[in-house]
Parts: sequence; C-alpha cells; structure tokens
Amino acid sequence: MYDVAIIGGGVVGCAIARELSRYHLRTVLLERLAEVGFGTTKTNSGIIHAGQQTTPGTLKGLLEVRGNAMFDQLQRELGFGFRRCGELVVAASAEELASLERMKADGEAKGVPGLEMWDAQRLRREEPNLSLHLVGALFAPSAGVINPYEFAFALAECAVQNGVELRVEQEVESIALRDGGGFRIHATVPSGPGAVQAGLGAVKAGPGEDSVAGVDVEARFIINAAGVHADKVAALVGADDFIIRPRRGEEYLLDRRLEGIVTRLIFPVPTPASKGILIIPTFDGTLMVGPTAHDQDDRFDVPTTTEGSEEVFATVRRLCPSLDARATIAEFAGLRAVSDTGDFIIGPSRVPGFFHVAGIQSPGLTASPAIAVHVVELVGRAGLPLVEHDQFNPHVAPPARFATQSHEVRQALVEADPRFGRLVCRCELVTEAEVHQAVDHGARTLDGVKFRTRAGMGRCQGGFCTTRVMQILSRRLGVPFHEVTKRGAGSWLVIPMAEDREAAMTEAGGMSAGDTTAGAGEEAPCSDA
Amino acid sequence: MFGRMNRRYDVVVVGGGPAGLAAALGALDSGVSRVLVVEREPEAGGILRQCIHAGFGLHHFREELTGPEYAERFVTQVMDRDIDVAPHSYVTGLAVDSSGHRLVRVLSERGGLATVECRSVVLAMGCRERTRGAVRIPGTRPAGIFTAGLAQKLLNLDGYLPGRRAVILGSGDIGLIMARRLTLEGCKVEGVFELMPYSNGLTRNVVQCLDDYGIPLHLSTTVTRIHGRDRIEAVTVAPVDETGRPDAARAWDVPCDTLLLSIGLIPENELSESLGIALDVVTGGPKVDSTLATSLPGVFACGNVLHVHDLVDFVTEEALRAGRFAGEHARQIRRPRDAIALVPGANVRYCLPHTLSADRPHTVYMRAKTRMSPCILRVGNLLERRLRFVVPAEMIHLTIQPELLERFYEDRLQIDLLPVDGGGVP
Repeated sequence: MYDVAIIGGGVVGCAIARELSRYHLRTVLLERLAEVGFGTTKTNSGIIHAGQQTTPGTLKGLLEVRGNAMFDQLQRELGFGFRRCGELVVAASAEELASLERMKADGEAKGVPGLEMWDAQRLRREEPNLSLHLVGALFAPSAGVINPYEFAFALAECAVQNGVELRVEQEVESIALRDGGGFRIHATVPSGPGAVQAGLGAVKAGPGEDSVAGVDVEARFIINAAGVHADKVAALVGADDFIIRPRRGEEYLLDRRLEGIVTRLIFPVPTPASKGILIIPTFDGTLMVGPTAHDQDDRFDVPTTTEGSEEVFATVRRLCPSLDARATIAEFAGLRAVSDTGDFIIGPSRVPGFFHVAGIQSPGLTASPAIAVHVVELVGRAGLPLVEHDQFNPHVAPPARFATQSHEVRQALVEADPRFGRLVCRCELVTEAEVHQAVDHGARTLDGVKFRTRAGMGRCQGGFCTTRVMQILSRRLGVPFHEVTKRGAGSWLVIPMAEDREAAMTEAGGMSAGDTTAGAGEEAPCSDA
Repeated sequence: MFGRMNRRYDVVVVGGGPAGLAAALGALDSGVSRVLVVEREPEAGGILRQCIHAGFGLHHFREELTGPEYAERFVTQVMDRDIDVAPHSYVTGLAVDSSGHRLVRVLSERGGLATVECRSVVLAMGCRERTRGAVRIPGTRPAGIFTAGLAQKLLNLDGYLPGRRAVILGSGDIGLIMARRLTLEGCKVEGVFELMPYSNGLTRNVVQCLDDYGIPLHLSTTVTRIHGRDRIEAVTVAPVDETGRPDAARAWDVPCDTLLLSIGLIPENELSESLGIALDVVTGGPKVDSTLATSLPGVFACGNVLHVHDLVDFVTEEALRAGRFAGEHARQIRRPRDAIALVPGANVRYCLPHTLSADRPHTVYMRAKTRMSPCILRVGNLLERRLRFVVPAEMIHLTIQPELLERFYEDRLQIDLLPVDGGGVP
C-alpha cells in the first residue's frame, strides 16, 4: 500500500511527486499517457509570469508570486531551460496606459519586484520592432520563459531518483474506498503492458498484474492532479464539487530566422477571459505566438484551426508588424483546465484522504512548485507523516547540449564520447550521444526524444532525424523498429513490409521524380544563341 | 579515397549528393589535385540513393538510369580519380585565417571535431522538404503524417510501409513517384490533392504514376483538416477558389491512415546563412555571379542548395561548372568581374546566375511564374526564342554566347516570357 497516489503526471503532478520525495513515504505517480508532461504541459506557452496580471486576493495570485521566486533555485537543481527575459505589457491607447498604471499598483501590492512604466521612446529603444502605434508599456523584469516539458521531465526524474514510482500508460478507471481506510485505484492500460519507469530501464507490468484487465493500486491518500480530467477523476469517489471546462489554445512556432525580433515577452493589455495573444521569445531562440482561448466540451480533441491561425497572426501583427504567418514551422494546440470557481481548487475534498489540485490554468506553470509545497503541507495536516529523508537528492544531471557549446567544449565532448561525433538532427545539431542520454533519462517515444533533445523540432520537422531516432529507440528499448511509436499506444509509425513483397520491390519501368526529357517543348529553349 | 580526410585541401565540397560529386570532378578537371567531399550519410549519392525508379540521365548520359545507378557512375569516377570522401561527417562551420585560407570545421565520429584547411569551398547541401507547419494545415497532430521524401526513405532504404491507406497532398514529383510506389506495395492511395490549378510535377510523372494506376488527381483542392488522436484517421479536403480559399460547403472527408506531403522543396542554406552569405529571397539560395561564386570570396554554390532543380542532369552540369571555377580559384586564377546584372522580367520567377560577363558563354537557368502556351522568351533586345509552352514545374535553360554580348554596353539585361499574341514580338 502506498502512502500517496498522485493521479496525473503533468507539471503539477510531477512537482508534487518531487516534493513528496523529500519525505519517508511510498508514493506512486499514475500517468495516462506514455510519458509525463505529454498533456497540457507539453503545449503550454512556457511563461514564468511575474504576477502583476493576476487578480489580487486569489489563491492563484498568491501561489504565482511565490512560485516565480522558486525558479532560480529549481533551475540550478534540475537544469531545465529557463531564462528571466522580462515581460512587457504594451498599451495602444491612453486608456490602456491607465489600466497598466493600475496593474503596476496591484502588482507592487502583491510583491512583484522591479515593475516600471516605459514611455513610447523607451519602448522603441528597447524593442524597435514593435508597432509604432504603441504608446507605452509596463515592464516586469522577473518574468521569464521556460521549456515546460523539460521542467516536467526533470521533476519526474528527480522524484523517481528519490524513490517515487512512476507508472505510465495507466488510465484510472475506478476508485474504491478500502475497508480500514485508504483507496483502491483500478487503472487500465490503453494498449500493451504498462511500464513502471524506474531509473534507467522500463519495467513491464509486475508479477501477478494482469496487463489486459488493468492493475490495482492501493493508497492512503490520493492527490488528484488530472488536469482537464480532474472533475471526472473526482467523480469516481463522489468528490466532484466542481466542473472543468477545457479551454483550447493554439500556438504557432516560427522559424529561428526571426530570433531577436523581440527579446522580451510581449503581452497586450489583458481581458477578463485571457491574458491575450502574445509573442514569446522561447528559451531555445525561436519565437512563438499565441495562444487563442476557446472553450470546448471535448477533453481529447486538440486541433488547430484556420480561424485560430488568422486570429493569432492578425493580433500579433498589431503588436509587431513583421511577424508573418509564412514563417511558421510548427503549430499545435493544448487544453487549459478551467474550473467553474474561477480560481485554483487546492485542498481536501469532501471524501477524507482525497485531495484536489484542480483548475490549474494560467498561471499554473509558474505556481506549480508553490502548489506542490502548499498541497503537501495540507496533506500533512490531514495526517500524512512528513519525516524528511536525509538522502534526498534535489539535483538531476542536465543533458549535455552539443549545439550550444563552444568549439573547445564540443571537441572535448567528442573526444570523451565518439557518439557526440554522430549527427542525428541537422537543424538543431543534435548528436547520437544526446539521444542515448534522453533514453537514459526516461524517453520512450519519438516525441519523448524530441522534447528532451530538440531532435525533430527544427525547420525540417523530423524529415532527417526520424529514422535515425527510431533506430536508436528500437535498439535501446529492445523492440522492433516498427514498434517504436510517436507518443505511445495507438501512435504507430510504420508497418514492416512482408517478406513476400520484397520481390515486388524491383519496380517495372517508368519515369522519375526529377527526370524526363526536354524542359519546355519542341522548340526547346536550350539552344545556343 | 573513401574514408580518408587530410588536414589540407585545394577544394572542400560540402555534400556528397549529385551536385557535390560533380563539383569534385569539376574541380579536378580544372587542374587541382587535392579535393575532399564531406558527406553526412554513410555513403555518397545523396537523395538519389532512395530514388530507385528509372528515368535519370537522359540528358547527361543519353540513357535511362535509376537514381542509384546515376549516383554510382559519379561515385566510381570520384573513387577512380583519388578524390577523398569523408562519410558520416558534417560541416559545422567555416572560418577564414589570416593568410586567406578557409578553415572548414568537420564533425565526425572517427575524426572528432576536425579543422580542414582549403582555398575554395563548394556548397552542395541540397534541399529539404516543406513540412506541415509551412502550410499550416489545421487539425490534430497524430502520427502518420510524413513528407513524401521521408516516406520514400522508409520504404526504399529501410523496408517499411508508412501505412495502408494514404492521401497525398501536393503534386510535387516525389509525391507522384510515391503514389505509384505505395500502390505497387499494396497501400491504397486515395488521391493526390493539389492546391494549384496545375500539377507541380512533371507531366510525364502525372501520366505514368497516377493515370496509369487510376489514382485521381484533384486540382484546385486542398486538405483543410487533419483528424485522429493518436494516428491519423481521415482528412477533410475542399476545392479552393482562385485566391486559394477553400469552399467549406463543398468539402468532403477522406478516411486514411497516412498523409504524405509533397508541397515543395527549400534549399538547405543554414550553413550559408551562418556564414553571412547573401541569399536570393525568391530562390532561397545564395546570390551567385557567373562563376557560381557566392558573396563570400572563395565559396561557390551549385545544385539544389542554389535553386531547386527538376532534373538531376542539370544539377550535374551546373555542379561541374561550379567545381571548375572553385578549382581555378584555388589555383589563384581570377576571372574578370561580371559587368551585367541579369534580371527577371515578365512571367519570370527567377533567373540564374545573378550577373554575367561578356567574355565567355553562359548557361542561364530560369523558371516561369505561370503556364504560357505558346510563348516568346526574350533576352533584353538581344535575342528572342519561340517556345511551345512554359510551366512553373519545368526549368528553362538557355546558353548565351559571348558574340551576343559583344556590343551590349548596358549594365542590366532583362529576361521576359511573353505571350505570342500579346504584342510580345516587335
């Protein structure tokens, strides 16, 4: 029996897992997808908010400012991509300038550091590519950009290294109250056996666990961090005191060529529904624009749309006219878990031992480390004994990034490990050694490697590296090439050609992709003059 | 020698595809002896290695070869003539030392991160395929969406089918070839959908890869939505109007487990950009003079890194020239500076090279913006040719003899493609 079962391996669940791993506890983290951080986290805008934009007096506002301050230390311990680039909320009119003044006063009351009002001249000097129509801005230096998936991967890895069990591809189907206290969670596996990810290797379902019928997990406490599914999970024990309505956001990633067009996060003045569509200079140098905000009922469908693309580019071009939809290299959408209470829902439910961490929409990523501390304290107060581990290791080794190293460091890396000399991804300059490292650190799928190494994130979007990464994954996971998936069950990539078809490979005649006779007709324009 | 890499060369060629191999041979022809080809794959030959269909070499060899056969002829010559080829190797950068030598940084498993000194560099990195993001296809992001070239590599080099029921977006040549290839392997190809009112591939490929196999080509139609959570399950397609806007009222769904994209090629100029080489916004490749020299002294470009070709024979021709000029440069032979700017005019999307000299014959490559039939090709007031038709998918080439430029005293020569009945003929 576990002391705590966390349902949901997004950034919040992973932060809670790491926080619990500081104590002498048996903790299990259950994730529906093939890897942690593959849901809302992966599609997050990746902003560490300064805090001046959130309504004062809310739990959100409190945990946001607290969370922001924790990121420098977390970055040192976990090595994820994070940079405090600062943010600008820009005003296009005198009325908007006035609302920025109010925002500044609110922020200062909450303890947001370093807020400054910039006039048009200062704004032009600092960000010369912004629209000439803008009349001023509120500058918040403590805001930053982060790679949210790297943060989740590192949190989970740290938790596992300190004893938390991570079970992926486990979809919680029912939760029963145990006689004598605690819960029995029944989880089914979407397809194939669930893996217990521990340390270096993936372990198949344990003895006696029927991988088809699913597995049972018993725990004294449950922390429900199931994101857009949190109300459904709560309903399994009759603790559904709230409703989650997914709010879809579309993001558009632009070519690296636009690096440096803006150097800070650029926000419009927010509306009650959303912080608006913004320009994000990502940690890795590419620009991202978005997100949109549209409520929907479906909790799985995350399409991008023509309307979304038009909305995003029309909006950001008002802020920065040189941003062009044609520079898009990738687009994606994610679902925010918006609760009907308007604030984070964190704490005990009406079922003793069952805790909610729900409705964690923006600024949830910023607040996540503070949420973890807060909820562990609450569970402690409810009777979970929190005895600190003296062996707790807060650090995980950050990946060695070949692309960002100097010539000398690169030379040293190749000398130490020749696999650094084998290029896997040419757009982002990722080497074979880094792909192996990603597998060492938990990657099990093409997307897992992509989000850990950047292989496949560049402008060719996997055209070059896909087969190389699949080959390495096949070797490392001990599965045939065609069993490597994009992101877990159902996302198969290729079918092996039947052997009897080999003969058919010698194709009957015909012409070619690049080849035919005469360019432009009988009076060929290739004559000498 | 295959696998050998010394520290000093006359000419270093970046890329061992058809352009790089021909450039290396051209360099040797010009009188230099030390030439290195840097190739990222385990073997030289480039994209031709996966083009197992026939039809290559009709211009250059006057016979019909498969892609690997065409490549092999050049690999054999390169080996016979003692050119060094470094496989599994990648150029990460280029610098110039105080004595004017180029320093090429080469990353490889065997050699680590080495620095190779040379006098000339030929860029022959080829091109890459446009992806889903570049055309912003709305919908979900499931597995099963491949560029046509990646699917071709999986099938022809690795022996795996991308799926059992495919839709192909875009009528580029690789997409057309793959429609036939997948059909032969038992994968059902539901159709090829092309945004433009004409095919972007060669007419012959439309006939031999689609018509002969009963695969429908839907012109002025595009994919407007991708469906499926884990693996693609269907696409929505819709006809488009003249401005390219889809008509949602006439849309329909096509069930499939695979979507191949054949929506264009982009010259691979990340290295060129990092070196600060001036690029042409239309071709996506470097700006070059009549010796195929880029804006960076001693650095030349040819093949698909310069502009996307449709016939490998022309890549070979261009690369042989680039190699010869690179070799001359390494021997410190200098050519007179070009004095004439070559400028695209009516219905010409681009023409190369960007400048000409009046002292020798020049091969000029160009592409039309739209189909025109019949058509007059006019070069300034020097020359007119009647063409039966021009189409964007088929490159036009022209040789301009020095006699023509002998008494041309202007600095700007414009090329136009004019309709025959539009008053184009004076």
